[in-house]
Amino acid sequence: MKADIAFGQYCEGSSFLHRLDPRWKIVFALVYIVALFLAKNIFAFALIALSIVGLWALSGIRAGILVKGLRPLLFIIAFTAIINVFWFKGETPLLPESWFFQIYLEGIINAALIVLRVMVLVTGTSIMLTYTTTPIALTDGIEQLLAPLAKIKIPVHEFSMMMTIALRFIPTLIEETDKIMSAQKARGSDFSSGSLVQRAKALVPVLVPLFISAFRRAEDLATAMECRCYTGGQGRTRMNVLHSTWRDLVMFFIICAFVAGIVLLNIFAPGYVFTM
Amino acid sequence: MGKIELKNITYIYGKGAPYEIKALDDVSLTFEEGKIIGLIGHTGSGKSTLVQLLNGLIKPDTGKVLLDGKDIWQEPKKIRDVRFKVGLVMQYPEYQLFDETVWKDMSFGPKNMGMSDEEIKKAVFEAASFAGVKEKHFQKSPFDLSGGQKRRVALAGVIAMRPSVLVLDEPAAGLDPGARRKILTRIKDYQRKSGTTVIIVSHSMEDMAMYCDSVVVMNHGKVTMTGTPAEVFSRADELIAQGLDVPAITKVARALKEEGVDIGLDIYTVNFAAHRLLGGDGNEG
Amino acid sequence: MSAIIKAEHLSFAYQGDEDTAPVQALKDVSFEIEEGSFVAVLGHNGCGKSTLAKLLCMILSPDEGKLYINGRDMTAEDTTEDDIYDARRRVGMVFQNPDNQLVATIVEEDVAFGCENLGIPSEKIRKRVDEALETVGMTKYARHATHRLSGGQKQRIAIAGVLAMRRKCIIFDESTAMLDPGGRKEVMDTICRLNREEGITVIHITHYMNEATMADRVLVMNEGAVIMDGTPGEVFSRADELWEAGLDVPQTTELLWKMRERGYDVRLDIFEPEECAREIAKAISEKR
Repeated sequence: MKADIAFGQYCEGSSFLHRLDPRWKIVFALVYIVALFLAKNIFAFALIALSIVGLWALSGIRAGILVKGLRPLLFIIAFTAIINVFWFKGETPLLPESWFFQIYLEGIINAALIVLRVMVLVTGTSIMLTYTTTPIALTDGIEQLLAPLAKIKIPVHEFSMMMTIALRFIPTLIEETDKIMSAQKARGSDFSSGSLVQRAKALVPVLVPLFISAFRRAEDLATAMECRCYTGGQGRTRMNVLHSTWRDLVMFFIICAFVAGIVLLNIFAPGYVFTM
Repeated sequence: MGKIELKNITYIYGKGAPYEIKALDDVSLTFEEGKIIGLIGHTGSGKSTLVQLLNGLIKPDTGKVLLDGKDIWQEPKKIRDVRFKVGLVMQYPEYQLFDETVWKDMSFGPKNMGMSDEEIKKAVFEAASFAGVKEKHFQKSPFDLSGGQKRRVALAGVIAMRPSVLVLDEPAAGLDPGARRKILTRIKDYQRKSGTTVIIVSHSMEDMAMYCDSVVVMNHGKVTMTGTPAEVFSRADELIAQGLDVPAITKVARALKEEGVDIGLDIYTVNFAAHRLLGGDGNEG
Repeated sequence: MSAIIKAEHLSFAYQGDEDTAPVQALKDVSFEIEEGSFVAVLGHNGCGKSTLAKLLCMILSPDEGKLYINGRDMTAEDTTEDDIYDARRRVGMVFQNPDNQLVATIVEEDVAFGCENLGIPSEKIRKRVDEALETVGMTKYARHATHRLSGGQKQRIAIAGVLAMRRKCIIFDESTAMLDPGGRKEVMDTICRLNREEGITVIHITHYMNEATMADRVLVMNEGAVIMDGTPGEVFSRADELWEAGLDVPQTTELLWKMRERGYDVRLDIFEPEECAREIAKAISEKR
C-alpha cells in the first residue's frame, strides 16, 4: 500500500489541455519558457501572472495540487529572493546609511519578479506537461519529435523504450524495496538510528537483493520481449498514433498571442524595467 | 513462552483519504502457545496485515498486540526486541538473501541481536539442521544454490534468532509437491522439538489440513472461524461462501454421505478418510 | 489434424564453469503436439520442463535433435533469424512471473506491444486489442495501470497480448505458480475457454495436479526425460510411478488407490469428488 504513491504527477482528466497532442504540448511548453524570459517590465510580468490563471482554467486541475507542487521549491524560492534583496544595488535605499548593509526598493521588486518567474515557470510547465500528460504520452511525444535524429544514428527509439520500461518498473521496484526492507527489519536491521555510516551499512542487505532482483527481472523481460517479436524500432507501428486536432490549433494561437503580448508590452508599456 | 494475543485490533490503510480501506476490523484472537496454527483467507482478507502486526512491522490504529501478556508497543523504542522474539519469514524469502556466504547470511539476524560469537555459532548450526541446510553449503554464495535450498537458508536465518513465535507467510509457495511436503515437514519437526509457537499463512487448504493443530479463517478483515482442522473443514459450505475452497477429500466425504456411505463430514486428509472407510491407519498396503 | 510442434530426440545440457560438469537438462525428448490440443507438462522443479519451454520458444537451441514448428525444421543449418521470427509469430509464451513480462504502464498498450512489433497498421491493432481484451474478460481494465492489477489479471493481460498477435499455440511456462487460488482459477478458466472455444493449442507446464486433470493429454517429465505420456486418467492411474518422480496425484485418485490396495475393484481415473464418491459406494456395495 505504501508503494501506492501518486506516480509522476499526472492528474486524470479530459480537459482542453489533457486532449492536446503531446508533441505540440512539448513545443508549446518550450515557447512558453522562452516567453517567460523575454518579459522585461511589470506589465509583461502581470501578463505572465495572468497566464498561469489561464492555464489553470484550461487544465481543470484543483488549485490545491498546484500549490502542493510548489512546496518542494520553497527553499530555492526563498534563497533566490534573499540573495536578490541583499545583493541588488539600486537607487532608492530603504535603510539608514549608517547600517553596515543596505536594501533597495529595486532589489525587492526584482526579487519579487524573479520569484514570480520561477513559480510560473514551474507551475506553468507542470500544468502543460506533467499534470495533464501521461508519462507514456510524453515519452511518445519526445520520441516522435526527435525522430529525425534517428537519421544521424542517434538511438531515439531505444531511449524512449528505456523510458517506457523504467516507468513501468518503478512502482514494481518500490514495492519490492518495501518488502525487502520489512524482511530485513524482521531480522533486526535498523534503518532509522545510528551514525550515517551505520545507516548506509544497514542498506546493504536491502540493495543487494534489490539489484539481484532487478537483473533477474531485466533478463525475464528481455526474454518475454523477444518472444513477443520485439526486434527494435525498425518496422514497428503504434496503436495510438498521435493526431493533431483543432485544439492544438487553438492553443497555437493562444501561445502566439501570449508571446506577442509580452513583446509588445516590453516595447510600449512604461514602468519599472526589470534587470538581471 | 510464545503466546500472542490480539485485542480489538483495527488497522486502516490510507486513513483519512477517500480510498481508505479497513484491513482489520476489531479483531480479537489468541494464538495458542506451542502449536502450529494455520491462518487462512483469500487475498485481501486482512491476513497479510495481521502478520505484519504480530512482529511490530506496522502499528495497529486501535487495540493491542500482547506478547506473553505484554503490549508490544508499550515501549516503541524497544520494538526491535519484539521482532527478535516474533520471527517472520516473508513470502519468497529467498529473494532477501544478500550476504557473501550462506553462513554469514544465516548469522545476520543473531548478529543484529548482539549474540556472542559462541552463541551465534551454536544457534546457526542448530537452525541449519532444522531447516535442512547442509554443512557443505555453508561457505558457498547463497546465489549459487537452487531455489529450494535458498528458501531453506532464509528459513534458517530466522530460526537462528531463536524466536518464541515463528510466523511464516506462504512458506511453500511456488514449490512442487515433493519440496512442499519436505519444507512443511521440517517446520512441523522444528515446532515439535523446540516448542515454538508457529503461525503459517497459506492458501493451500490441503497443506493446512495436513500440518496444522488449529486453523483461523479470516474474511473482510474479521475472524470468521477458529478450531481444529476437523471442526473448520466440516463447515465446508461456510468456507466456500467466503470464497475459499476445501480439500477435495472433504468434498468426497460429503458426496459419500449422499451416496449412503457416512464416514463423517470432518474429513480433511486422505489417510483419515481411508482410515474411516477401511479401518487401520489408512497407510498400510 | 496436423502437428503444430514436433520434437525429435531433443537433448540439451547447460554448460557449467570450468570446474563444474555440464548439467544434462533434457535427454532424448520426443513428442508431437496436435493442433487444437491441450497438453499439460508435469514435473517437479528441476526436471527439465522449463528448459523444454525455452527450447520450444527458441530462446535456447538444442544440442541434439530436431524441432519442427508448423512443419518447419527450426534446427536446420540454414535456419535464419527470419525463420525464428516467423515461428514466434505462431507460438506464443506466457511466463511464470506476471510482473516481468508486461512492458507498458497501461493495459491496452501492453496488449498492443506484440502487434506493434509486427508492424500492423494502427486501426487493425486497435481492433485486435479490443477483441483480445474481450476474450480474456478484461475490457473494462483497458485504460488501467498494469502494476495495480492482481496477479491473475496480469496473466490474463499477458494472454491477451499473445492473442492479439493471432497466435494459434500458447505455451504457459508455470504461469499459475505464483498466483493465489483465485488468480489460478481465473487463468485456468481462461486457458480452458481459449482451447475449447477458440481452438487455441495449449501447452501448459505446471506442477499442480488438478490443473493437469483439465488437459486432454499429460506429459510427465523426470530427470530430463518424458516418463509418461497419456490422458490424465491413464497417467494418474500410475500413482506409484508419480510418487516416485516426486509428484502427487489428486486426492480422489489417492483414496481410490488405497481402496484398490485393500482389494476393492475401483477405477483410478476419477477426479471429480462426486464421481469418486459414487465409485466408492458402488465398490463397497459390490464387495458386501
